[in-house]
Amino acid sequence: MKKVYANAAEALDGLLFDGMLIAAGGFGLCGIPELLIAAIRDAGTKDLTVASNNAGVDDFGLGVLLQTRQVKKMISSYVGENAEFMRQYLSGELELEFNPQGTLAERMRAAGAGIPGFYTKTGVGTVIADGKEVKNFNGQDYILETGLFADLAIVKAWKADETGNLVFRKTARNFNHPAATCGKVCVVEVEEIVPTGSLDPDNIHLPGIYVHRIIQGQHEKRIEQRTVRQREEA
Amino acid sequence: MAWDRNQMAARAAQELQDGWYVNLGIGIPTLVSNYIPEGVHVTLQSENGMLGMGPFPFAGEEDPDLINAGKQTITELPQTAYFDSATSFAMIRGGKIAMAILGGMEVSENGDLANWMVPGKLVKGMGGAMDLVAGVGRVVVVMDHTNKHGDSKVLKECTLPLTGKSVVDRIITNLGVLDVVEGGLKIVECADGVTEDELRAATEATIVG
Repeated sequence: MKKVYANAAEALDGLLFDGMLIAAGGFGLCGIPELLIAAIRDAGTKDLTVASNNAGVDDFGLGVLLQTRQVKKMISSYVGENAEFMRQYLSGELELEFNPQGTLAERMRAAGAGIPGFYTKTGVGTVIADGKEVKNFNGQDYILETGLFADLAIVKAWKADETGNLVFRKTARNFNHPAATCGKVCVVEVEEIVPTGSLDPDNIHLPGIYVHRIIQGQHEKRIEQRTVRQREEA
Repeated sequence: MAWDRNQMAARAAQELQDGWYVNLGIGIPTLVSNYIPEGVHVTLQSENGMLGMGPFPFAGEEDPDLINAGKQTITELPQTAYFDSATSFAMIRGGKIAMAILGGMEVSENGDLANWMVPGKLVKGMGGAMDLVAGVGRVVVVMDHTNKHGDSKVLKECTLPLTGKSVVDRIITNLGVLDVVEGGLKIVECADGVTEDELRAATEATIVG
């Protein structure tokens, strides 16, 4: 089956519907599926629930889907960099489910591994535990969290081969790996599609079994916080 | 007199032990890496998926694919390893990280920590802080002892939503160092120019011993 598509709109064709749950990779603006996000904006799909660690910034990343009011609910761990997000949430226009970062990652990983629930000590004794089953193992309390099964995963990787084997780059791997596994369908955008056989099989980060559609494109890769040090004078 | 941000970071750096894997939070904790004592080799974890975090890059060498958990551009080191977010929090939850040094809004005398939201005002989120305090071996909080109104942030009970319950081991503030022990907090040391009476007066929590 052919996995390589010409562009983001074609790769998403037939997959989008109002009210769907989308899992998105990325951390801040690092490793975000920016081309697929833009295509979802152009498609106008509404009432989305988006599981993503962050919500981008006002005019980039998932922030663009907030500006167009396509998102009904976010499932995130940190939203501090996005003023429009904060405004919509505080005014009640946007639902927000806070998940601790590790719990969000594990919910995606678990769903991808066919695990509908797991116990974690993260959040015990906090509002995160409200309404959740508490179970004691060896004298310590744990809360029950559920696998996050998404209708669609949108992911950014560095390279893919034509069968969907993926290689990520540096800290841009982040949530892309667990997000890719938890979608019924996973669409991936990469900087380069290489011929099958040219990636080292011992160095595939995510096997192509998880990947259904791939596109190659130009990425802006915006930097959120440019921090540098001075060179010592010779 | 009291410690400034850099002096607090320098004091927190004394907590580091050779060979440890450590996670530093955003804010003053990030400064701790500037004061790692001579002969102490620690590996810094960045929970977005990296062990062996290096310093900021030189201008022109920033890489958008290489950031820390505060979204700042950083560099890698010879021992650096990258991994995904689920693996990152597996090592955090799994107790592989020896210590986390985190910022705080409030700490209570039984070691409760609040540092992720002010209801109705400030909604940032917990990020990885709840996972860190639940999973790492030792939790050190670095923060100002009082808020801008002069009210103690070291309390009998936290008023803000908790990040974790009974999770803090040591508090380092601009006024001194306190340990969470049975029955309350124990003064470990006072900051330069701060008397024990001043430290006690600025602390709402029970001080024992």
